Amino acid sequence: MADLEIKDLTVQVEDKVILKGANLAISKGEIHALMGPNGSGKSTLANVLMGNPFYQVVRGEVLYKGEDLLAMAPDERARRGLFIAFQYPVSIPGVTMASFLRTAMSARRGYDKELMPVGEFQKLLRQKLEDLRIEPAIVSRYVNEGFSGGEKKRAEILQMALLEPEIAIMDETDSGLDIDSVKVVADGVTRMFEQAAGNMGILVITHYSRILQFIKPSFVHVMFDGRFVVSGGPDLAEELEGAGYEGIKAQFEVVAAEVAHDGAVRRAGKVFWVAH
Amino acid sequence: MAVTNQLGIDLEKYKWGFREPENYVFKARRGLDARVVAEISAMKDESDWMRAYRLHAYEHYTQRPMPTWGADLASIDFDNIFYYIKPTDKQANSWEELPAEIKRTYDKLGIPEAERKFLSGVSAQYESEVVYHNLKAEWEKLGVIFVDTDTALREHPDLVRQYFGTVVPPEDNKLAALNSAVWSGGSFVYVPEGVHVDIPLQAYFRINAQNMGQFERTLIICEPGSYVHYVEGCTAPIYTTDSLHTAVVEIIVKEGARCRYTTIQNWSTNVYNLVTKRAVAYRDATMEWIDGNLGSKITMKYPSVYMVEPGAKAEILSVAFAGKGQHQDPGGKVIHAAPHTQSVIVSKSISRDGGRAGYRGLVKIYEGAKGSRSAVRCDALILDDRSRSDTYPTMEIDEEDVSITHEATVSKVSDEQLFYLMSRGVKADEAMNMIVRGFVEPIVKELPLEYAVELNRLIELEMEGSVG
Repeated sequence: MADLEIKDLTVQVEDKVILKGANLAISKGEIHALMGPNGSGKSTLANVLMGNPFYQVVRGEVLYKGEDLLAMAPDERARRGLFIAFQYPVSIPGVTMASFLRTAMSARRGYDKELMPVGEFQKLLRQKLEDLRIEPAIVSRYVNEGFSGGEKKRAEILQMALLEPEIAIMDETDSGLDIDSVKVVADGVTRMFEQAAGNMGILVITHYSRILQFIKPSFVHVMFDGRFVVSGGPDLAEELEGAGYEGIKAQFEVVAAEVAHDGAVRRAGKVFWVAH
Repeated sequence: MAVTNQLGIDLEKYKWGFREPENYVFKARRGLDARVVAEISAMKDESDWMRAYRLHAYEHYTQRPMPTWGADLASIDFDNIFYYIKPTDKQANSWEELPAEIKRTYDKLGIPEAERKFLSGVSAQYESEVVYHNLKAEWEKLGVIFVDTDTALREHPDLVRQYFGTVVPPEDNKLAALNSAVWSGGSFVYVPEGVHVDIPLQAYFRINAQNMGQFERTLIICEPGSYVHYVEGCTAPIYTTDSLHTAVVEIIVKEGARCRYTTIQNWSTNVYNLVTKRAVAYRDATMEWIDGNLGSKITMKYPSVYMVEPGAKAEILSVAFAGKGQHQDPGGKVIHAAPHTQSVIVSKSISRDGGRAGYRGLVKIYEGAKGSRSAVRCDALILDDRSRSDTYPTMEIDEEDVSITHEATVSKVSDEQLFYLMSRGVKADEAMNMIVRGFVEPIVKELPLEYAVELNRLIELEMEGSVG
């Protein structure tokens, strides 16, 4: 059984069905690439896997190490080793990166009431900042506040490096980065993957094949209209690079999907906080 | 086992809600009339002018109507309040001399520890009298006076008489008149010309008798070129009936001097906290109010700075947190009455669980106050749909050559922010706490470290149960 199994996942947002029966299996030690045109549902998949309450799961299931992922709160998913590098991370004014990172690392490492020792934290932090060539001054800034697009993406990868996930999803980390930055990020991720020695699986979501020249996937999947329509090896990414998504669009039809209004709707994550 | 009082509040949970048995030498009766006022003055063996001052203030108090704007004060039962209680016969000069139960109270508040680490002087208010007072010898050498106001009246009568009531006269408002009639305790600080007091002067305040009003009176005088930071931290035990806290704080900041006044208050949620705080800043002087309001049933407090000579500066930073059944109505007033004066007001309010918090402020610029600048920023964070935020910014600008900015934001904790933090393994309640702590961070970072820690802890306490 794969570490992460997505079966017939059907997801809607308000009055629109976005995922229409998606199936995918990822295990530790594997790198998967997920490609597809804009609007095909790639980011929705990533968010649903992490438990974003904005999305409603109407059908299907997700098993993480054999357990019902959709029943877990986002924080529990994270503590159990699931990670997403967001495409558009939000800012948290007044909270420094250092304090945020230490809190997150402590949670991931099973500290409950107290935080991990500051010395140990700082040693790891310095190392990862260096690996990813991030200015150390970033840690005294507020989380994502005033960050450039590139800084946000690097900060997400910094979190990935510190939290040592078992399954990591990178949601269009390459978009908005110049080619040098893509290479730095990709090299960092590749190093993480190698250092994890088979204990990390990665799903790289991307619109372009550029990043895949640096992060070598074993599997490439193409998503279209909320479904996985083609899967293959690394060659598939190169084909798409040449042909673009027009071929895919011509080959597959947009299927009609009815919005569920009955009580079967299941949120991606439970509503864990006070209702507004 | 949980200890629950009549309000159903878990006393063990509310760490500072402890009480000690009352053990008083003298206890005044409830309610107020001219005889009680005269008795208070006689008890304190005051000079004629102060007795006359009190009686005059009382007269004004009886004639002045209650303010009807702002929070609802109708349920205060003024006849059911003790206006003066004296806890011990004399003040203690050292920790050892303090009565055991008062000592225990302060032990719980952490005063000895704070003193070891940080304090150079403590003036702690227990009931209406300052019972513990310790001033470092080197300050005395510099001529700095830091005593309770009753002592100041005895030992420095001319100084007190020269300044007392000059910033907040009894006729200012009904509650200032009440304080002027029945005041007790509070701090008196005098900083001579050119003296910089490097370590903050701190006073801990505490109410510990049912229905006892606390009417402290604080007077700070900063002579030219001096500097002082005065810090008051208030925590209060839980009571079953309403309590009143009506203080008056007057500050005079002379040419080139700087005064910072920091307050962290956490009154129990039955206290009416109605305080008049005002400073006068002269040429090139700087006055800074930093005000953290947690707890209390109602807080109405608008620290003010009158900039009366060119180059004076004012800064007012405030945080208010209103939970269930609470109405926080804080704010600030800056009066630009001279050219090239500058003011900044930053207000942060948080409301949750049906609480009501906000900002009420005044920027007044007189004609002729050319080249003056004022910046007001008020941010409100509302944690749920039952809670409320109100903003009442008033601007009276009678001069054209000025620069004024006003920014106001009202926000909710967004699901996106909570989701983001939770996606990193942070639990929902801690995620909410982080966001709230971040919201008040611009104010908290201005506080001395131990107060910053305390404020964050108090906010966490207030936030308990905010996440379903």
